[in-house]
Amino acid sequence: MASHEPEAIKGMPGKRYAFYPGCVSKGACKELKKSTETVCKHLGIELDELKEAACCGAGISDDVNEEMTDALNARTLAMAESRGLTLLTQCSTCQGVLNKINKELQRDKKKRDAINEILEDTGYQYDGTVEVKHLLWVLIDEAEYGLSRLKDHVKNPLTGLRVAPFYGCYILRPSDDLGFDHPHRPTSLDELISALGGEPVDYNGKSKCCGFPIQFMNPKNSFAMAGTHLTSAKKQGADTMVTPCPLCHLNLDERQSDAANVLQERGKLSGSIDLPVLHVPQLVALALGYTPKQLDMQTHIVSTKHVENKLSGVAAG
Amino acid sequence: MAEVTFRIERFNPETDSEPHWEDYTFEPKPGSTLLDCMNHIKWYMDGTLTYRMSCRSAICGSCAMKVNGGGQLVCNAQLDDHLGCHVEDDRLITVEPLGTFPVIKDLVTDFTPFWERMHAVEPYVKGTDYEDGDKETRMSPDDFSKIDPASTCIACGACYSECVSFDMDKKFLGPAALAKAQRIVHDTRDHETQERVERLSEEGGMWDCSHCFACVQACPKPVKPLYRILELRREADKLGVHDNNGSRHARAFVDIIEESGWLDEAKLPLKSVGSLQEIMTDLVPMGIKMWLKNKYRPNPFHLLPGMHHPEVPKMNEVTKIIEKTKHSHQK
Repeated sequence: MASHEPEAIKGMPGKRYAFYPGCVSKGACKELKKSTETVCKHLGIELDELKEAACCGAGISDDVNEEMTDALNARTLAMAESRGLTLLTQCSTCQGVLNKINKELQRDKKKRDAINEILEDTGYQYDGTVEVKHLLWVLIDEAEYGLSRLKDHVKNPLTGLRVAPFYGCYILRPSDDLGFDHPHRPTSLDELISALGGEPVDYNGKSKCCGFPIQFMNPKNSFAMAGTHLTSAKKQGADTMVTPCPLCHLNLDERQSDAANVLQERGKLSGSIDLPVLHVPQLVALALGYTPKQLDMQTHIVSTKHVENKLSGVAAG
Repeated sequence: MAEVTFRIERFNPETDSEPHWEDYTFEPKPGSTLLDCMNHIKWYMDGTLTYRMSCRSAICGSCAMKVNGGGQLVCNAQLDDHLGCHVEDDRLITVEPLGTFPVIKDLVTDFTPFWERMHAVEPYVKGTDYEDGDKETRMSPDDFSKIDPASTCIACGACYSECVSFDMDKKFLGPAALAKAQRIVHDTRDHETQERVERLSEEGGMWDCSHCFACVQACPKPVKPLYRILELRREADKLGVHDNNGSRHARAFVDIIEESGWLDEAKLPLKSVGSLQEIMTDLVPMGIKMWLKNKYRPNPFHLLPGMHHPEVPKMNEVTKIIEKTKHSHQK
């Protein structure tokens, strides 16, 4: 007991990570980067941003050039290695792509040698010692930051807010390479929501694909996927949905009206969906006492007013 | 060993209007597989329980079902590895029929959609000309290694159970059929590679896969269909089958990385779609919405031909890597 005094928790030395923000958080989801930085600063998690890192390829560039994709990611891993830091992502997809190549390079010395040969002129070499972690895992894992410390910082508990966790793909599968959550019955986001004082909502589809990767190849199917998960969460009484992946956010939020249209065409919905979708650090920051405006929630395509009303209603009541 | 509860979805079309759950609680023998447990239930507790099984050795592919929410074979899965998945009861296992296929009875599903798609990819070598008296076509170990993973498919259907693209759109060929297609495309004896890759690049083919890893998770063999689908896509790129949104998207992605080192989210959609109509009816309204909300306001100047958004610092390092790996990116 004595070893867990609040002072010791609050006084935890700031943990430092090599931060790989990912392209989407510097483009169409700038609110994600802002929220991650806000949360990390508040909690004393130091971020050493890898500004020179290239795009991870998002699981798409290897459709054309696998070798280039592997080498660019090895360069990013080597940047974290040279700093002696764990690599932190705020995007499930960046995490999945980096972890996949990381595990391959750690397992396969021959491949590592071949990739290091490509890296030679860049000054980087990768020895396979880095760990890649998503912000969600760092917040949950007691060996990193941990929910017990996080709980201690909750100023405005999300009391009464029913939150649907949307896990998606890259943070769960293939579980042999990741192993943080159960691939079919994940709990990490649920645990986070509970720790923040919110109520996790169980619904079908929370660990399925959001549809984003086929947005241009088969838009109807892409939007049908997003719409099906969103309406399933809404039917279970969700006030909002939270996702650890900005690509999921792009389909679930920006494309929500397209998703509604496809479901209407298929006779599966009348009216709109109207389910606000939050990034993980936005949900955390709300509980830490930040305002939606400070997290740029007004830039979301689907209004987050409902979340604000629900939370302020609780505060006022 | 302590008791376990198997909560099994039951459905008899002759008596039931819809499926229902039944619980079976018993003490399993140590070291039981999930199939041992199913057999225990059927042989000693309820003979009406219906499921397929045969070899018990992950060869016949008949005993795939959904366990704790995910499709998989049950003969090569240890019970112990599947306990502790349910928050409410760590000795609970749920069993359902495979998803996406129609249920015939209990855990037995109708595999017609599976076989239709397998047949659709013409899973046999075509076009080999044998010279007189020549009874064999030789293949090098290197060439065989390209078709080895997909050759191990036992047609259990676990991948279709979890495929959300197939679930939403039955035009999709789906994971096992596309893996089989890769097995033939890369078979050196087949002489219809180009035609096959062109057909497989059409609607419902390789580009309709949403890259979600559900089939990789479900597959009990080295097939891992998604990885075979990615091999098909690289083959399509190599063979110049570029006239579709999937190929355009992947090539544009690489082009943008080559230009600036990081993704330009305004440029990528514009370069991915194939028609002005898609730009005007889909991308422009989306862009306006994002502009108005101040969510994303890209510099339109960067979209002009020959222009691009700012490069990542030390772009020269990125360029060196790109130059060195260019040979595998066929233009």
